[in-house]
Amino acid sequence: MSRLWLFEETINTDVLAPGFYMKSPLAELSQHCLEAVRPEFASKVKKGDVLLAGDNMGVGSSREQAAEVLKFLGISCIIAKSFAGIFYRNAINLGLPAFLLPKDSQLPKEFVDGSSVVFDFENSILFLEGSGIQINLDPLPAFLQELINDGGLVPHLEKRFDEK
Amino acid sequence: MTTLAQKIIANACNKSEVEPGELVVCKVDLAMIHDSGGPRRVKPILEKLNRKVWDAERVVVVTDHYVPIESEETRAIHELTKKWVRNQDIQNFYDQQGICHVVVPEKGHLKPGMFCVGGDSHSPTGGAFGAYMFGIGATEMAGVLATGEIWLKVPKTIFIKWKGKLNNLVTAKDMMLATCRKIGMGGGQYQAIQYIGEAIYDLSVQDRMTLSNMAAELGAQTGLIAPDDKTIDYIKSSGGLVPENWKSFRLDEPTSGAKVNEFDASTLSPQIAAPHSPENSENADEFANTVFDVAYIGACTGAKYVDLAAAASVLKGRKIASGISLKVAPASAKDEKQALEDGILKILQDAGAEFLPNSCGICAGYGKDRLAEGQVCLSSTARNFQGRMGAPTSELYLASPYTVAASAVVGKMTDPRKLMVN
Ligand code: SF4
Repeated sequence: MSRLWLFEETINTDVLAPGFYMKSPLAELSQHCLEAVRPEFASKVKKGDVLLAGDNMGVGSSREQAAEVLKFLGISCIIAKSFAGIFYRNAINLGLPAFLLPKDSQLPKEFVDGSSVVFDFENSILFLEGSGIQINLDPLPAFLQELINDGGLVPHLEKRFDEK
Repeated sequence: MTTLAQKIIANACNKSEVEPGELVVCKVDLAMIHDSGGPRRVKPILEKLNRKVWDAERVVVVTDHYVPIESEETRAIHELTKKWVRNQDIQNFYDQQGICHVVVPEKGHLKPGMFCVGGDSHSPTGGAFGAYMFGIGATEMAGVLATGEIWLKVPKTIFIKWKGKLNNLVTAKDMMLATCRKIGMGGGQYQAIQYIGEAIYDLSVQDRMTLSNMAAELGAQTGLIAPDDKTIDYIKSSGGLVPENWKSFRLDEPTSGAKVNEFDASTLSPQIAAPHSPENSENADEFANTVFDVAYIGACTGAKYVDLAAAASVLKGRKIASGISLKVAPASAKDEKQALEDGILKILQDAGAEFLPNSCGICAGYGKDRLAEGQVCLSSTARNFQGRMGAPTSELYLASPYTVAASAVVGKMTDPRKLMVN
């Protein structure tokens, strides 16, 4: 069971990984993740939690730390109405699953910030704990699924180089 | 009929043509990395993969983010960068000579038809040279450096057409802020944007770079402009070799059914974007009399030679208002030198400007000049997200170099045309 972190607003890379802490180690940088919009996030988020965002999730710079801090803090999956392209690629490359809400579908209103949810990666479904309510997400293309299964781009390339 | 984006991608994946939506693996012609997202992040990954860069001649390294060196931490980043560049036998290393997006073309590295990646979100700047260039994160960059390849979903092309002629004191930055308002920061949908129309081709190459640069603010993967004689002249004067077939990349007719967003340059007024998004733009007049503390002429977006010249044209014989500090960080050493020779720096200095190094400076949110709590800044940079240039309570407005300079003189935000008629 995981907590759902719901963000209505557009989340950019400067609030995920603030510039001032970018030269600090990941552990420190991550303590400032989202502090500009949700100061309690870094201290309250737990391993396995799911983050659900609105449009253009991760817009801004190419800094991979924006996705990396979320993974470091324990976020197991990011879902959004739409993603900024670089952020989306970064998350997948780091082995952090990123799913789109199906086009034109509404998130059932029972999903609120703090809801208990269960995420089924194999079938890309988000369940609302103990309610029978669910939302089916757009599945990933096969080769991205493989990247995630391998644990991200680096382990994926290791495997590829080993096979040669 | 194919688009410029599709033609470049087809070449890069060695197919005769590609269709939007297709997943392809492309060969990379050039990979650019900088001191922040570059060596310090890719080195451990390449070591883990037990690989060197696939082709040292196709890699360009620039130090620009942690410049100047002002702490042990930043010194360590520079040492690591230099050592890595040496170990990898990389010759194209530009150390503290300016901001990557300006330095790479100014050293003649970009030309029409190239397929390039950069370890920075404003990498679409390369689109101003007819190169398909886009930003990627560090892990993906390490993958490119190890293999020379990257996967891509062939984008649709979204056309941004500017017809008509720009008025005096209205420039590329105003075009982009207006475009951001109209189509939004997600409007580029991670597709390829291509700028077309008379007003685009009328711009100098450096002004076109502002448009391509801010394709990032539209959420596009890249921001292309078809090459013309101006592009070719720029490349030649930068010491670059122009491919003989460059005219075959002069593709700028919208394909049938393509989305074309039309704008009229002749009715465009100077723009200002309010915190915390470039799409919060309005005619500068709407912000008349808004007070601010810092005027910043900086960044790859807003401190190239043309931007310094624009600011100087307003500041000539004038002084900035008391209570305002005007900070200028010329985008590259080359542009700064040119501005010095042309008397532009002197004008800025006489007006009261303070100069910062040729680096990202405050734009990256690093360094001692970052904005303090509650400070308000009017800036020629690309992005005004909350806290980007300093404290979370600082506020950032975006405008063209003309508007920033004129507002610094008036002491309040203004349409530069108001100052210039008086
Ligand atoms: S000047 Fe600003 S926008 Fe340009 S590369 Fe540096 S940090 Fe990025």
